Amino acid sequence: MSHVVDSTAEKPAGEQARASWRFLKNHLREYGILFALIAIMAFFQIATGGILLKPVNLTNLVLQNSYIVIMAIGMLLVIVAGHIDLSVGSVLGFTGALAAVMIVNWDVHYLIAGALCLVVGALIGAAQGFWVAYFRIPSFIVTLAGMLVFKGLTLWLLAGQSVGPLPPQFQLIASGFVPDLFAMEGFNLMSFLIGLAVATGLVLLALRTRVAQAKTGTLEEPFAFFAAKTAIIFIGISWMSWLMADFRGLPNVFIVMALLIAVYSFVTSRTTTGRRIYAIGGNEKAATLSGINSKRLVFLTFANMGMLAALAGLVFAARLNTATPKAGATFELDVIAAVFIGGASMAGGVGTVVGAVVGAFIMGVMNNGMSILGIGIDYQQVIKGLVLLAAVIFDVMNKKKG
Amino acid sequence: MATLLEMRDITKEFPGVKALDQVNLKVEEGEIHALVGENGAGKSTLMKVLSGVYPHGSYDGDILFDGEVQHFRNIRDSETRGIIIIHQELALIPLLSVAENIFLGNERARGGVIDWRETERRARQLLDRVGLNESARAIVADLGLGKQQMVEIAKALSKDVRLLILDEPTSSLNEQDSAKLLALLKEFRRQGVTSILISHKLNEISQVADTITVLRDGSAVARLDCSDGISEDDIIRDMVGRALDDRYPPRKPRIKDEIAMEVSDWTVHHPVQTERAVVRNVSFHVRRGEVLGIAGLMGAGRTELAMSLFGRSWGRDISGTARINGTVADLSTVRSAINAGLAYATEDRKTYGLVLDDSIRSNVPLAKLDAIADGMVVNRRREAEVAERYRDRLAIKSSSIEQETVNLSGGNQQKVVLSKWLFADPDILILDEPTRGIDVGAKYEIYTVIRDLAAAGKSIIVISSEMPELLGITDRLYVMNEGRFVAEMATAEASQEKIMACIIRSGERQQ
Repeated sequence: MSHVVDSTAEKPAGEQARASWRFLKNHLREYGILFALIAIMAFFQIATGGILLKPVNLTNLVLQNSYIVIMAIGMLLVIVAGHIDLSVGSVLGFTGALAAVMIVNWDVHYLIAGALCLVVGALIGAAQGFWVAYFRIPSFIVTLAGMLVFKGLTLWLLAGQSVGPLPPQFQLIASGFVPDLFAMEGFNLMSFLIGLAVATGLVLLALRTRVAQAKTGTLEEPFAFFAAKTAIIFIGISWMSWLMADFRGLPNVFIVMALLIAVYSFVTSRTTTGRRIYAIGGNEKAATLSGINSKRLVFLTFANMGMLAALAGLVFAARLNTATPKAGATFELDVIAAVFIGGASMAGGVGTVVGAVVGAFIMGVMNNGMSILGIGIDYQQVIKGLVLLAAVIFDVMNKKKG
Repeated sequence: MATLLEMRDITKEFPGVKALDQVNLKVEEGEIHALVGENGAGKSTLMKVLSGVYPHGSYDGDILFDGEVQHFRNIRDSETRGIIIIHQELALIPLLSVAENIFLGNERARGGVIDWRETERRARQLLDRVGLNESARAIVADLGLGKQQMVEIAKALSKDVRLLILDEPTSSLNEQDSAKLLALLKEFRRQGVTSILISHKLNEISQVADTITVLRDGSAVARLDCSDGISEDDIIRDMVGRALDDRYPPRKPRIKDEIAMEVSDWTVHHPVQTERAVVRNVSFHVRRGEVLGIAGLMGAGRTELAMSLFGRSWGRDISGTARINGTVADLSTVRSAINAGLAYATEDRKTYGLVLDDSIRSNVPLAKLDAIADGMVVNRRREAEVAERYRDRLAIKSSSIEQETVNLSGGNQQKVVLSKWLFADPDILILDEPTRGIDVGAKYEIYTVIRDLAAAGKSIIVISSEMPELLGITDRLYVMNEGRFVAEMATAEASQEKIMACIIRSGERQQ
């Protein structure tokens, strides 16, 4: 039995189920958040009488939350490094306004304007990161200042008015869909195939990891659990892409999001840079004494956050087809909440990109679901606040127990 | 004179260690009683038992105060009887005023409202009593260390102190402030306040003490009456008098002629008090295959020397040169120091050594991540192999390499720190208190690792406050005191008495 790669697969079914249950209990912190998302979606699917997962609503859900998800990815890195960025909402507003002003008022080509905005976002992040990393000014204060500064600059740039409309090509960032090469009537086959390919890819990756774990003898996950988890992910993604293909297909922004999630997941979990950021958040002194240039990494983390906030700004402006002075207000709170719901620790050193994304969708599904149910904005805020608190309490209790 | 305090047969055990073994301490009313011993001899533990930090029931033996058996459950209990400890690390709130600090937790108040006039009046009286000519409204952070020490004593006096315990009160004071403090102790003796003075500075002790109790390895080995005329040599002999047995692995040094590292005129200033030189004109060298020891008391500047060498991680205005393998080495950042072949394993593994929430697997390769990565991408199989290899080699007791280091014992945590630096593969490895707080078995294993590294041609520099350890594992020793290297000797010709004498004489020369 010891020579079989998947030795756990040979145990009888009852034993498998028990082992899976034990494993789940021990890893509730990692998977709890995913189950919470599934449970919340199931609840709203039933409560809204099936509206939640209607193709048109599902597409809307993705579009509505794309900018939060994009920023949550950057925020995850900042929080893992042991810092916080309160300025992202204002930076989003500012870069969106800058793009609109460049395109509409100054007739800059939309591609150049978009690229410039990303650069400006990175510079803004770098400027804040500079003070945090090299002068040890608390990030809370630096970015609080940044939040005020860029909120003000947005107002100034737009002269208090909305600027728009934006060219249709620019709007495609947020409102475009993957073109269907198969040109089927009422069904975007291309989108469905992309979804299937992604789902299959994830399954293959999971299998590869499992085989590698078995080789190095670090296999912990019972086979039944592994199979169930992988199946859920495969079916979930295939089903979602089927639903969206049935409407207009995968939104362009969905592809952008998926790429960002893939790239940043890889960077955080598999590269030396990622390892170093976690080490800095875990114990900056020890990391520095291990030869890690923590100042530069913190600086880069903030620059990266600024760039992603700018990207989110472009998406947001494209979605509204206009830049308004109010854009981005309080987005930072949703973004930070998403990261903490996703299991990151205030103290740094803990958290995953996927967790942050799931956290963002939990907030998004609740917003969407409660709006469909006609729950007032007052109750919505209360419920969201309580969910954030509950998620973090759960996390802390779970950590104490383990 | 009546007996004020008697501690009878105090035994205190920690898991695996007997910190105190049937210690007896008898302090007479109105005397200055000195408590001396090496680091780790049990002085602080004894004082923690006395003050209730270790509550009644967690130790064996009796405490008699004023002839009555006491059952202190916490510090508050002992303070109400008038037993007050002033720790080496002052417990003042820097941004509050002198008067606020003196009455902290003991405010002059009526119904919760502070009576500031009464507070300042009483504070003034207490300050006069300790001879501190500062306003009661002065902010503590603005005072020098000597004056802060006086504020601590005033605070103790405000609680109607009967037994004042001072833990290394002069270790961070200059000569003038030290003299003032000692004079104050003598004045208290005249007024009938009893003191216990814990100190390494034997010249101070011989100046003021009436009686000396010497602790060694958790036992009270001598009680000396100073009226008989005690010499410092007598105290030193009692402090260190123990035979070396086979607590150290046998070794045959194979020291090469080549000099691995040579440091000259290394001077480092304190990062905040910039005019204070903490390391002064230190020059030394270490050969390949050699185990070099740096002896000295806590606060001598050894850690500061090591950390300033290792990528300027401590201090400012650093001057001097360091040559590694004959060429001037760039030690300006930790990275470049590592690249130059230097490594430093910290004395404080929890703060500076480990990412505690991370596993053994991710801690071990941290100083040389590139070696387990293909380009930027971590090769997880190689990472696991490396972690497993060191877990085996150093016998790190753990459930697996995935175990979080926070859950390991001190000895095993230390082995993880060592693994990290062994994997970085330096030519010169500085180990700062490598066996602090770990059990005898793990110590032996670490000594074995040090021996094997030296045999493989590495140079090891061991900083330790445990002199027997230095005598047991090194080839050559430097003695450091107050920022300077005051002596160099071959370990074969060294003894604890000789080292202690070097430290004390150098201290006296400077005064």
